[in-house]
This record gives sequence, C-alpha cells and structure tokens, in this order.
Amino acid sequence: MTLPYPKKKDPQKRTKVPTLPPGERSRAALGLAIAAARGRFALQSCAACGAVQYPPRDACRSCLSVEMSWHDTPAYGKLLAETRIHASPDPYFRERLPWRMGSVQLEAGPVIMAHLVGVSRGDRVTVELRLDRAGQGVMIARPMKRTEDMEDDPVLRAIGTHPKHRRILISDATQPVARPLIDALFAAGAAHVFAGVPELWRRPHGLSAIEGLENVSVMPLDVTDTQSLKEAASEIGGKVDILINTARHIRPGGVLGQDTTAARDEMEVNALGLMRLAQAFGPGMAGRTADGVNSSAALVTILSAHALSPDPGYGAFNASQAAARSIVQTLRAEFAPSGLRVAAVYTGPTEDEWHQPLPPPKVAPKALARAIVDGLDRGLEEVYCGDVARDLAERWAADPALLDREMMGGGA
Amino acid sequence: MSILADLTGALVGGDLRVVDLTHALDPDFPVIVLPPEFGQCARFRMEEVSAYDHRGPAWKWHNLTLNEHTGTHFDAPIHWVSGRDWPNGAVDEIPAEHLIGPVCVIDCSEGAAQDDDFELTPEIIAAWEAAHGPIPAGSWVLMRTDWSRRRGADYLNMAEDGPHSPGPTPDAIRLLLERDIRGFGTECVGTDAGQGAHYDPPYPAHFLLHGAGKYGLQCLCNLDLLPPTGAVLIAPPLKIKGGTGSPLRVLALVPGDAK
Amino acid sequence: MSAPYDGVVLTCPVTVPYVRFSNETAHWWVARALRGTLDAAGLTPRQIDGLSVSSFTLFPDTPVGLTQHLGLTLRYLDSIPMGGASGVVAARRAARAVQAGDAEIVACVAGDANRIDSFRNLLNAFSRFSLDASYPYGFGGPNATFALIMDAYMAEYGATREDFGRIAVAQRANALRNPHAMMKKPLSLDDYLNARPISEPVSLFDCVMPCAGSEAFLVMSEDRARQLGLPFARLTGSIEAHNAFPDDPVQLRGGWAAEIDKLYAQAGCAPQDIDLLQTYDDYPVISMMQIEDLGFCAKGGAAEFVRSHDLTIDGDFPHNTSGGQLSVGQAGAAGGYLGIVEALRQVTGQAGPTQVPDARLAMVSGFGMVNYDRGVCSAVGILEGAS
Repeated sequence: MTLPYPKKKDPQKRTKVPTLPPGERSRAALGLAIAAARGRFALQSCAACGAVQYPPRDACRSCLSVEMSWHDTPAYGKLLAETRIHASPDPYFRERLPWRMGSVQLEAGPVIMAHLVGVSRGDRVTVELRLDRAGQGVMIARPMKRTEDMEDDPVLRAIGTHPKHRRILISDATQPVARPLIDALFAAGAAHVFAGVPELWRRPHGLSAIEGLENVSVMPLDVTDTQSLKEAASEIGGKVDILINTARHIRPGGVLGQDTTAARDEMEVNALGLMRLAQAFGPGMAGRTADGVNSSAALVTILSAHALSPDPGYGAFNASQAAARSIVQTLRAEFAPSGLRVAAVYTGPTEDEWHQPLPPPKVAPKALARAIVDGLDRGLEEVYCGDVARDLAERWAADPALLDREMMGGGA
Repeated sequence: MSILADLTGALVGGDLRVVDLTHALDPDFPVIVLPPEFGQCARFRMEEVSAYDHRGPAWKWHNLTLNEHTGTHFDAPIHWVSGRDWPNGAVDEIPAEHLIGPVCVIDCSEGAAQDDDFELTPEIIAAWEAAHGPIPAGSWVLMRTDWSRRRGADYLNMAEDGPHSPGPTPDAIRLLLERDIRGFGTECVGTDAGQGAHYDPPYPAHFLLHGAGKYGLQCLCNLDLLPPTGAVLIAPPLKIKGGTGSPLRVLALVPGDAK
Repeated sequence: MSAPYDGVVLTCPVTVPYVRFSNETAHWWVARALRGTLDAAGLTPRQIDGLSVSSFTLFPDTPVGLTQHLGLTLRYLDSIPMGGASGVVAARRAARAVQAGDAEIVACVAGDANRIDSFRNLLNAFSRFSLDASYPYGFGGPNATFALIMDAYMAEYGATREDFGRIAVAQRANALRNPHAMMKKPLSLDDYLNARPISEPVSLFDCVMPCAGSEAFLVMSEDRARQLGLPFARLTGSIEAHNAFPDDPVQLRGGWAAEIDKLYAQAGCAPQDIDLLQTYDDYPVISMMQIEDLGFCAKGGAAEFVRSHDLTIDGDFPHNTSGGQLSVGQAGAAGGYLGIVEALRQVTGQAGPTQVPDARLAMVSGFGMVNYDRGVCSAVGILEGAS
C-alpha cells in the first residue's frame, strides 16, 4: 500500500471537525498509555506469582495479590479471530468505517483485542502498543516484520504522526540539529519544511546549511518575539502539520554562578518560547487533526533529560528545561480534546559549542534528528535520545529522589 | 521671552522644521552582537497586556522588554569602563541643558557607499571645518553615512570576522574631543565602526568619548535632512536611575530653508 | 446436587409490549410489568413481600430506590445485574427464598428504558474491561465482540452463515405469530445472507434491536398459587455459572457446559424430554453454542443440528417460540426475561398464537454480560407446567 499524496483542499469544503476515539480508561489501564508513549510493549504482571494480566486490573487473576507492576513483555502472538466493523455508535469510528480489529492470544499468556494492520486470522503477529488520538495506549497487531509502508495503513495513519506527506515547521533551523533533521524528514516522506530563522539580520550561523534546499522555505521566526510568531502563523498556520521546536538557548552555569540575564534568555527561548509557539500555531493545528492525509499531527519539542533532575553545572538552563517540560505536560492536557500529540524528545548533552568541554557520550545532531523522526514515525510522546537521556529517564522512573541525590554528587 | 515666542512662531510658520532622527522600536531591529559567552543586548520585545478585551475591556497596552542600548539610543559616560567614574555620568544625572544643543553633520555618505569599513579621519574633519568653520564647543557631531537606509542583514553587515560598518578612527575622536564636543552620533548600530574592536584603543568612540564625559547617539536616521551646521538637536534619554543609556526619540530643529 | 425446589412455583408471566424508542423511564416500565403480573394474580402491591429487579437504566436509583418510588414494603429485595442470565437467576433465587420462608411472594421484574441515545450511553458505561480493552478498538460494542466469537466458531467448527441464518429465519417465522414482536416482516434466508454487514461475519439479522419494554412473573408457594387459582409451573432444575472456562482463549462454549449434567440430574430428565427450548439469542452463534452445551448435540454439532431440525413453533425442535430477541427486540435486561416469561406462558398453556401444542417441559437458557471478550454469566432452568 502506498499512500498517495493528497490533492489540494477544496476551499468550499468545511474542514472536518476532529473527533476522538473513546478515551475513558480505568486508572490501571493508564499504564498502557505510559508504555505506548515511550514505544514499549508492557503489560501488568503480578509481583507475587508472576502471572501476566490483561486487561489491566487491580488484583491478580491467579492469586489475588494486589502487587501489580508493569513490565516489558514479549509482544508476539497469534491472531485468533478478526472482524471488520461496519457500524459503530462512536463518532470517531463512524467516520473511519469499516474498521478491522481482532483478538490475539499473546505468547505471554493473555488474550488481547487489537487494531489489525495487514494481518489475518491464524497469523503469528507482533503486537505494538501505540498512542491513539485520545492519547491512550492501544494494541496494534501487525505482521512479524515491519514493512516499509506499514505506516500508510489507515489505522496507523489515523492514530500516528508519521511525517510522510506532512508539512513541517522547524522553529529554529539555525540549530545544529536542523539540517540532519530536514534530511531525515524528507527521507521519511515529508512534503515540505518551513525553516524558521531568528534574527535574519545577524546572518546567523547555520543559515547557509539550509538555504536553497528544495522544498524548504526559510522564514523569519523568533520564539521570543510574539509579533514574529503572529506573522509566521498568519502566513503558514493553516499548513503546519507537524511543529518541531528546535529553538534552544543554553549557557553553562548553575544558579549562583549564572546571571539572571542569561537565565532569563533561557526561560524566554526554552520555556516561554514553547508557550508562544503553542499559542501561535496550536489553535490552527488543533483544528486540523482530522484534515485528511496531511492532517496536523504533532507538536514536538526537544528537552534536556536534565529537565527531570538538574545537572548543577547547567542549573539555570535545566530550570528552563523543567519549566518547558511542565509546559509540555499542560499542553498535552490542553491539546487532548483535539488529538494533537505533544511529544518531548529528551536528550543528554549535545555535540555543540555549549557542551564542548564535556567528555563523551554526547548526542550528535544526526542522532538527535533520527530520534525525533523515529518518534514521529512511531507516534511516540516521550523519546529518549542517547545513553545519557535513557539512563537518566530510567533512574528517574525508578526513584526520582535518589536521582536528585546522585546528581548532587552523592552515592559514589 | 520673545525668543521662545519667535521659536514657536517659526515652528508654526514653517521657518523651522522638526526632523525625526529616530527608527521605530521594532523587535526585528538589529542590536549589537557580542561573542555568545558575553551577556547580550536584550532585543526589543513587546507583549500585549490587554487589547480592549477580557484582559482589560477599554484599553490596550503592552509590556516592553529591552536593553538600554536598543534601537535609536543614547550612550551615557558610565556605559563604558573609561567613563565609569565620571560625575553625573548616568542618564538620570545628566544636566537637562546638555540634552538640547547645536549639531554638526559630517557627510560621509559617498565614502560609506564605496567602503563598508569607511573611516571618519581627522583629515575629513579638517576638510569639513575648512568648508563650514570650526566645530563649536558643546556641539553634537553626527557622522552621516546613509547607513540607516540599509535593511535586514545588510545593516549589521555581519561576516565571519564580525560586522562591517563605518565609524571614526581613534584620532578622529581625539580631534573631536579637542573641539570639546558634547557627543558623537552615527547611523550604525554603535558609535564605533563594525571592526572598531581592532583599533587601539578598541572601540575608540566608546572608550575615548565616555572617558571624557561625552555622550553617544546611534541608530540615527534621516541625517540627510540636516544641514552641516545650524540645526538644533533634542536628545533627552529616559531618566533611568543609574542608567547607562536609553532608547529615545531624537529630534532636530532645522531652519526651513536648509537643504 | 442441589436440593429440589419443592413446593415453589412460577406464575403470572407478563410482557409489556416493547417499543423501539420511548421517553418513559425504567421506573415506568418496571411499574407497568409489576402491575401487570399482580393484576394477573389478583394481588395488590401490599400483598407481595419480595422483589427481584433487573434493569440497566434505573440510574441514579437502584432497586432500593425503586421500593420507595413504587411504595413497596418488602422482606426480600434482590438486584440481579446479569443481563441475559437475569431471568433464570432471579427465578432460582426467589424460589429458594420462598422455599425457605424468607418471602411469601416474590415479584421478579426486568425492564429498561430506551431513549434515542440510551444504547450508546449504556455501552459507554458497560464495564471497565470493555472501556479499557474492547471499545477502543472500533467501538463495535457487542456486535464486534460476538463477531470475533462467531469468526472463531466458524473457523473451528465449519459453521456457515446459512446455518446461523436458519436460526434467525425460524425465529422470524415464530415472531410473525407474536403480535408483540417488533419485527413484522417475513425473513428469508436470502434476506439474511444479503443483509448489510455490521461487524463481519455478523450482519444485520444476526443482531437484536435495542428497544424499551419490561417483563415480569411471580414466585410463590404452590399452595398459594392453587389458592389464588393461578396456572403455574415448577422449577425442576436450574444452574448458574459465572466466568466458567476463563482460560479458553475464545469463548466457544458457555458456562452451561460446566454444570449441565447436574441440571439434568436435578430435573430428572434428559434433552430428549424437553418440549421447547428458549436460548438466549443475542446472536445466533450463542444459540448454537447453547444447543451444544445444553446437550442437544455434540460440541461443534449445532450447525448440523439446525440443518436437520425445524426450529419453528410447529417444528420438531421448537426454539425461541416468541421470536426471541432477534425478532421481538431486546429491551435491555428484559431480554434476560424474554425466554423464561415465554416458557412460563408455554408450559402453562397461555402462549396463545405462539403456543406449542402440549408443551409441558421447557428449557430456558440465559447468557449475560460481556465484560470484556465474552459473556460471563450463564444460567439454565427447566420449567414444568403443572396446572
């Protein structure tokens, strides 16, 4: 299946109002969304007897223990039964009928229901947990081997954020990540890139790397300047399907050693800049999440993994990252009714002038670009790029207070 | 007080014109760019507080953020290390009578059109004096380059070795100080040349002028509407306590028949 | 083996005719059925001391609220939230209460409202597992869940759509004799096969039509029934089973299969003694499973069974004689009473146009509550007419 490039919009047709799939879940079932947001396949299992459980529950179906926890689980199974749904009282699915689903006996034990992508009864399948438009984790049964155009399947297209045929705004294309990001986006089938450039008057570095590229429009855009955002949004606001916020201001230094001027710049760009971007482009994007093949899909922002727990050497910068992460969380709630995904790509120290004296490992722009596009390909909400970010995220998930202590230099 | 009556009469009658030498404060107007590890000049930013809406039903207003040295602005002596101890060297301390005075305009526009790094030299000043008479003590001296007509990236004119824009040599500034001028102004982003860091002393206009208690004006425009002599410059900065400079509205009173 | 239900009878079956949509509340429908069954017995509301209620749409009330709402003073109050298994379960529990003297007369009633949006709202709040793990996948509701069961059943046992069609067609023929059935038009096998797909392989005539309505009957001592001069039936045996066979990956059998031998032993009869069968027919595939699990044929043999039997009122295997939910409609929890109320009419000779001649022994099977991927509750009762 190859997804054709969408025709130009008929200006006499009303843009489809976004509807959402059923979003109500029990508290236990939110664990599915947590795993899906990170691209993991996790199920509940019983701490006492090890029985794997599904649907998510509050007590073990084997031994009644209430010690239930989520673990990565082998994601293979057999498709037991399938149906093609032609009638549904739910507005979201009604617009997308017929819809295929089926039940899968997982090799890990439980029987799950799943959306079906290219599989039929009797097949051995791989099951993925993905976020749907309601922001909930849902099961996708797909062939054992990922195929190149699998993401073209209407089921995945409807819930996903794949760059194919989409028009993408990069908020600060002068950042080192911009060029490899543009290349990766086009490799994934992106239709067009709007490359925002702040302060064109200073001939910023990085501009030469993106000037003159095919299907790339360089445009003035400064996340600290409400007026510039307003102007950009009035020009391209109706065409931005994915917004990738690469704008980043970083100065080394903690809190005592850092002056508030630099800290303010960091807040202006990293935290308030994200807020301004969301204010300028968010409403337009939120209105277009059901707008056909190239509907709007995601707002992505890059965060330091130290948003979770600060590295005192970059304390003021990390404060802006924590603020930005908090803004991301609020945006998720605010965009939830539209189904617009808000993704955070966490990175450790990046290979750039602001981390130059630091020892490796550092994240190269190319790796960061790959992580962003991979996250979009798979519809992730939380992406951890590089060993440092993954390590921090795992330690943070395991014990945030301990991580804080370790970041202070304890526990050697 | 017939002088003032004459003045207002001339203004009303058109014998005196008021020329605005000020750029609009615009978020996209260039500011000086320093190496990134230094503190930076805050760009002019304007955020709406309300606009006859739920945030304030009958009024519109903005919060501004900016550096003292943003847009068309005034440099006080304490702006530079050489002037840090100058008495009354902050904008709020400058005597009010210093804020209005005569102005001489040295036209360097032809040279600046040929050479982005055009220098104002003692020779050019001497030639100007030969034509227009000595620069009177207490005068503002403005270097006209027509640089204010440049837009976008051409204004800072940034290259890999830094910005390129016209400015005075150290000796030119020394000569102006011998004339005991009140201050020196330009159309560029600073009173110094884009490559002014490479003079001895670096940034001679800043270093020497402020070290001598003189003022600077930059990012001026419309200098082509001023006569070489005979105009009056009105350049009062905001009265910022301890301020090193300030954006301001710079006006010139120009005889109606000039130019 | 359970003790017999000696000395207890079921009587006064009442159906309040169903309507597709109604603005009346569940309270209204329950009240009408209750009044109907009391009228049939010649009793006043003050004369009953037990009530068993099944309804999905009483919210924010429960049967507790209903007692005050309806002015009932009770010694026994039960709420049976088992959907399609409610009728049989209500009967067997009421029978024990009467037998033990906890109550003298228990009115068993089921009824539900159906406003335009009721069905969708009902689905939205049906069960936690459905919300978490079933509805997000296309929100096909029970149609999709039973489509998966039907798909697996067809693959496992080779049943064809024609086989399921035979059940639907026969029930429609029965329904045409029932003036209260919602479906008034004859249904041919071609009609069935050519109907629009709902959730493949489930198509339109595999589905019930949600509607509003109510059903009721009374449980009392045999002496009391005789005193009141009422035709009655005995409950000769019954079972219930919940979450049976939890490790079956797909539901190809119901809880009936787990307990069926005990049922026949308690009732002292065998499948061939049964004069008519009322299965719970939310989908024909479930009726097929019941025909197997209740012992009328071997597992997987129901397709052949329906090919070789006539399931109409006049046939050799009268099945769902009122037309069943497929043709009468499904009035929420009252769907779980449809079979037992019709069976009670049949074995007491009160079925009128749908009467099976000489019906004495009726089997009623119930099946309820798709919690996730299968129906969790199963129940069966055998009624013997005795007047």
